[in-house]
Amino acid sequence: MKTAAVLGAASGIARSLAAELARDGYRLVLAGRDGEELTALAGDLRVRYGADVRVRGFDALDEASHRAFVEGCLQDAGGELDGVVLAYGYLGDQRRAERDFAEARRIIETNFTSCVSVLHLFAEYFERRRRGWMCVFSSVAGDRGRQSNYVYGSAKGGLSIYLQGLRNRLAKSGVQVLTVKPGFVDTAMTFGKEGMVLVASPEAVARGVMRALKKGRDVVYVPGFWRWIMAGVRAVPERVFKKLSL
Amino acid sequence: MEVSLSGWGRYPVQRCRVYRPESLKALKEVLASKTESSYLARGLGRAYGDAALNEGGGVILQTRRNRFLGFDEAAGVVRCEAGVSLAEILDVFVPRGYFLPVTPGTKFVTVGGAIASDVHGKNHHKDGTISNFVADLDLLTADGNRMTCSPDENADLFWATVGGMGLTGVILGASLRLIPISSSYIRVDYHKARHIDEAFEMFEATDEQYQYSVAWIDCLAGGRSLGRSVLMRGNHVPAEELPEALRGRPLHTGKKRMLTVPFDFPSVTLNYTSIRAFNALYYRVSKGSPGVLVHYDPFFYPLDAVLHWNRLYGKRGFLQYQVVFPFETSREGLIALLERLARDRRSSFLAVLKRFGAEGPGLLSFPRPGYTLALDIPARDRGLFAFLRDMDEWVLKMGGRVYLTKDAELAPELFAAMYPRLERFREIKGRIDPENRFSSSMARRLRLVEGAR
Repeated sequence: MKTAAVLGAASGIARSLAAELARDGYRLVLAGRDGEELTALAGDLRVRYGADVRVRGFDALDEASHRAFVEGCLQDAGGELDGVVLAYGYLGDQRRAERDFAEARRIIETNFTSCVSVLHLFAEYFERRRRGWMCVFSSVAGDRGRQSNYVYGSAKGGLSIYLQGLRNRLAKSGVQVLTVKPGFVDTAMTFGKEGMVLVASPEAVARGVMRALKKGRDVVYVPGFWRWIMAGVRAVPERVFKKLSL
Repeated sequence: MEVSLSGWGRYPVQRCRVYRPESLKALKEVLASKTESSYLARGLGRAYGDAALNEGGGVILQTRRNRFLGFDEAAGVVRCEAGVSLAEILDVFVPRGYFLPVTPGTKFVTVGGAIASDVHGKNHHKDGTISNFVADLDLLTADGNRMTCSPDENADLFWATVGGMGLTGVILGASLRLIPISSSYIRVDYHKARHIDEAFEMFEATDEQYQYSVAWIDCLAGGRSLGRSVLMRGNHVPAEELPEALRGRPLHTGKKRMLTVPFDFPSVTLNYTSIRAFNALYYRVSKGSPGVLVHYDPFFYPLDAVLHWNRLYGKRGFLQYQVVFPFETSREGLIALLERLARDRRSSFLAVLKRFGAEGPGLLSFPRPGYTLALDIPARDRGLFAFLRDMDEWVLKMGGRVYLTKDAELAPELFAAMYPRLERFREIKGRIDPENRFSSSMARRLRLVEGAR
């Protein structure tokens, strides 16, 4: 039986991706902080897809606990894992982060440092096993810094570059590292916010991620047209870009 | 986020601030913030009028709280969050041999909405409303507590909440008893009735042979043809009685939807002449054919196949008007209503007649023994409200009542006279929510709750 762990499983996109994996026959370990939510989600996947689902507590910012967590995941999965999804993140408040370093630190640690910690542990396992996949949610915000969210954006940008290196390292072991860059997705993070255009449903994003996983892709923008939007955004000369209010 | 919101009839349209919590924790935070003077839970927005609106207040969308929490195979009881839709229940459970115990004419309603409206279906004469199949429900009350309610536990709150239009709190989830089926098909008998009396005769004589029974009625036919109808009645078909061709997949969930109405039609599309022509044609081409095998999807949800069908009525929307007359006054009540409708050239594209069974204990539940008629009426002139006011008075005089889930215009004093258990409801509401933290545009219009904000 195929098995996968989903970190940050209670988030909107992760929930849909967990459903796709369950439908595909995966045994799942759902990990996160809100045990009540994870238990509800696990129940849902059992009823809908007859899935074998476990729940495990995970605190991204408690790096010291990560090794035990990864070992626990392996046990829950019956000794072997085929894949891991890292779907947690923290958008934070850009304005507050500019004044209050504690907020900036929380954004950077959640979206970058903690990911390095836990992904390295999973990488060790997959490198030894010589197959498997790692699916990590970065963001289009990491493709170019802009004033409205550059603390979050720089952490995600750092994560994207980290994943490039990790992919390079694991390629010879036959391990897939998929960087997912979602555009605007209709989740609690974006609901009611101004300036949201071309918003995709979490279900559509999850289907896109699943296709990319199966095709062995390296980087995927979901929905796909964001690839072209971001190519355009990246192409604007800095001289011009710095004057835009984005 | 403040948005313009309406019910399925797209009248009225009101400004409400919407919230969409994805977890119980987030939902509790919305309520605890007390940002709004009052709150109201909303599902998929299929109530027609202002039942799921809260003008100037908070509307809590329940659509993301749609997880199944468990299934008791032995008892056939599914436990789920309030935002699960009936369509999801069908998709998951029909292939396993279970069906909804009661379903309204659309599957795009949530479990929470179905309970708050205490919905009925084509089997009301046999099985009553959905509350007969709610083993228990979880209610988040104004004080932030979670209460389990059932006919045995907190029974008074249970009977105030089923059919309670969301005014007792937020329905968090429920346990629903499903019914076993062995195929997705209904064997339907179609019978034509040339006039209202023939329709009554057929209903009285043979309704008990059918689990599901409803009639399409041509409300524009007059004279001797007044009330001419096509009765459509059927029962679940056991898998072993299916023809060879269908036996391979006896429990399939049907085709996915195919059509969508992409924009508002001009308001004149559905006018008196076009509707009259359609109705006459429909009656003519219908055959009185017995024993037709029909998949449950087109049988129960013919309009669900057309996404956004409410746009056919144009920007101004329409009112759905559903009333019930007691058996003793059904003939007189319906004939006068149909005649008045024809005289005022009020047309209804779809009109449905059904015989109800016994009344349940829900304090504000709509169904009572008698005949119910449901009409769609385009909202194109102010005269409509005077017309409906006359009709409301007539319905009351005949001892009948108007269905709140469809209503957008009933006057408070007529409402109070139609629902004799209102005082009992108010008493419970006053106890469970003394500050009226839960309110709605409908509640204020009908003065359903005294002094509601």
